[in-house]
Amino acid sequence: MAMKWRFFRRLLEVKLTIRVQTEDFDIAAEVLKLRRGNPKIGAVACFIGLVRDINENATVAEMTLEHYPAMTEKALTDIVEQAKSRWDIMDVSLVHRVGTLKPMDQIVLVVVASSHRGAAFAACEFIVDYLKTRAPFWKKEKTDKGMRWVEARDSDDDAAQRWH
Amino acid sequence: MVNLVYFARLRETLGLDSEKVALPQDVGDVASLTQWLRGRGKVWDTELAPGNRVRVAVNLEVAEQSTCIADGDEVAFFPPVTGG
Repeated sequence: MAMKWRFFRRLLEVKLTIRVQTEDFDIAAEVLKLRRGNPKIGAVACFIGLVRDINENATVAEMTLEHYPAMTEKALTDIVEQAKSRWDIMDVSLVHRVGTLKPMDQIVLVVVASSHRGAAFAACEFIVDYLKTRAPFWKKEKTDKGMRWVEARDSDDDAAQRWH
Repeated sequence: MVNLVYFARLRETLGLDSEKVALPQDVGDVASLTQWLRGRGKVWDTELAPGNRVRVAVNLEVAEQSTCIADGDEVAFFPPVTGG
């Protein structure tokens, strides 16, 4: 699955980088890329989502992620636009992997840069909460009990709901 | 014609990832489209039943039951998302 796309966009001064890719990502390199040349950035908050080895009482051997490419770009852009309208943030990088992953692999990276930590922390958490309930990705697990689609969790809906 | 696309569990159980269909006269929104597709047979009726929490997007935007559908639209059916 050679699915990879990338775009940069200025949203009211926010540099937004969104990538969906099969390859792994390098956190340090992503943070450096975001920070480069901007002395106004005083805080960078990061979230990294990982594949766990146990889910819903089954041992996970592998996980395959699929998405709806055309809608993914739009959904992720909308989420970041909302974050920008709520907090004083500068730049955002969002990398989400698709394809087959194994326990301990990195799935998703959200990096938010701001002048101060408060906005960076809050916007990062908001983006992750919204991504989990609004971006069109689906996980299928290969477990010791067979293949199964991961069910959406009510707790994720609750987490997104509290930002309303 | 309307482009219908299916993802994840729905794609597997319905056995197709996309199709182009001509809408009948009386199908003009998400609710009537869903009802029409459920008439195709048992697996369609079961998968698209209200209790299954099927999500619908029209032209890449999350849609409601009352969202209108017109010629040239892309309508996606999928389970609740599980990314991140």
